[in-house]
Amino acid sequence: MSPTPLVELRNVSKVYPATVKGAPDVTAIDDVSLSIDAGDVYGIIGYSGAGKSTLVRLVNVLERSTAGEILIDGRDVARLPERELRPVRLGIGMIFQQFNLLNSRSVARNVAYPLEVAGHDKTKRASRVAEMLDFVGLADKAGAFPDQLSGGQKQRVGIARALASSPAILLADEATSALDPETTHEVLDLLKRVNREFGVTIIVITHEMDVIQTLATKVAVMDKGRVIERGDVFDVFSNPQQSASARFVSTVVKGQPSAPELEVLRARHGGRIVTLAFRDDTVDQSRVFSEFSRDGVAFQVVYGGINEIQGRPFGHLTLALTGEDATIDAALDRVRAFTTVTEVR
Amino acid sequence: MENLINLLPELWKAAGETLYIVGFTLFFGGIGGLLVGLGLYLSRAGSILENKAVFSVLNVLVNTVRPIPFIIFLAAAQPLARLVVGSGIGNNAIIFTIALAASFAMGRIVEQNLLTVTPGVIEAARSVGAGPARIIFTVLLPEALGPLILGYTFIFVALVDMSAVAGYIGGGGLGAFALLYGYRQFDPVVTWAAVLLIIIFVQLVQFLGNRLARKALRR
Repeated sequence: MSPTPLVELRNVSKVYPATVKGAPDVTAIDDVSLSIDAGDVYGIIGYSGAGKSTLVRLVNVLERSTAGEILIDGRDVARLPERELRPVRLGIGMIFQQFNLLNSRSVARNVAYPLEVAGHDKTKRASRVAEMLDFVGLADKAGAFPDQLSGGQKQRVGIARALASSPAILLADEATSALDPETTHEVLDLLKRVNREFGVTIIVITHEMDVIQTLATKVAVMDKGRVIERGDVFDVFSNPQQSASARFVSTVVKGQPSAPELEVLRARHGGRIVTLAFRDDTVDQSRVFSEFSRDGVAFQVVYGGINEIQGRPFGHLTLALTGEDATIDAALDRVRAFTTVTEVR
Repeated sequence: MENLINLLPELWKAAGETLYIVGFTLFFGGIGGLLVGLGLYLSRAGSILENKAVFSVLNVLVNTVRPIPFIIFLAAAQPLARLVVGSGIGNNAIIFTIALAASFAMGRIVEQNLLTVTPGVIEAARSVGAGPARIIFTVLLPEALGPLILGYTFIFVALVDMSAVAGYIGGGGLGAFALLYGYRQFDPVVTWAAVLLIIIFVQLVQFLGNRLARKALRR
């Protein structure tokens, strides 16, 4: 039996009443169930409007769900009155796309804010603030104000603030979407350390697949308020089941060529075009290629690539094969014995 | 000019009274405006203490009181002044009436200033477990402090304007002085002296307000 998940959503829905009389109600979250274990970095991906931001706000009850249960460490918080939610929220940190720092407060006093809410005295606050600023590498900016910081620095302050009250859970709402690629990687590395060094469970909301690729261990794909696919990041990346998931995967991983890409390939290369799937090291590439060369089938890699997630390689390679039809068929039959072959006609 | 020199003691006294009236109305009207503005902001749809009934009542009240010309409001509110400060005439009655009118005018300005605070910052405070009172005092007011100071500076000028009609109900100040010794005695020099003092007064306060606001905004 597995231990109780740290965060569990059971058949959760969020329906906004129609703003105009007569218009239908808007279902932002539609019967979502999710289970997130302690220590996970759980990615939630989807296009804008898919309901990700609403979903993450249901976890710390910044927004109220209209149906279902939200269990934090086994306790349903969905219907708790506002006052009783406050200690719950101290145990759930949150960082935002726009950082949401208090401009009227210095960096140090921003980080101290949750500690003030928690009622810690001044000495305790000061030592914790110093510790957190040190962790995010901004010890020298304690007295600076948010408008004097770069975007990446602001988000690091946001992370320090979110973690000041030592929460077990961190919610990251598009935390890197306002940052440039280099800064994004700095922040993602920092979040990785948060997970590893403090054991904080992180729920990452994003529309950027590479955030999931570098950070998450598990992923749920959202579309129109529903979770349409979920699982280990490796499984979803290497073998997406839903077309929406496949589209996300294709933004960072070259899988099978799309129809227009195929046309270009066909125009450029003669012969037959096949796509081979590789997953983990169960498929030996050199064996595949030797099957072709053995019978004198000429091959050229025309599309695709091999990627790695959590140290496990996977990918698709599309080949243009030239030679006698019968020999190609025979070679393909032998290759089919140890990998998936898709021939595109 | 000779008249003015003879009237100088009266002029200083009137200036003092204007300061007195404006000072007290700024204090009471300021607090009233803050309460009305916070009420409007907090009760509006989507805010942390959303309450349709409270918002509608406040909104209608503000929209009713604000357009009434002050001289008419002064007359209309006289019975209320008698009830609250014990007299319908004199400086206390004018202070009460100006503070009342200013509360509604300032309320709207405070509401608008609070709306400049990014909702995300309030959400961040809620996400660490801050309650409404804490959010008001540690997020809303500090984050909106710069615009609020400018708003109060703006209303200060309106207070000086309103205080000028105090003479109608037996109050003092530069307005009453200009009416009594300038306008009615056909002595424009006396009127201009009062005008000059008011201009200096307003300029000083605006300068001070700008400086404080800049400090609050750290620009």
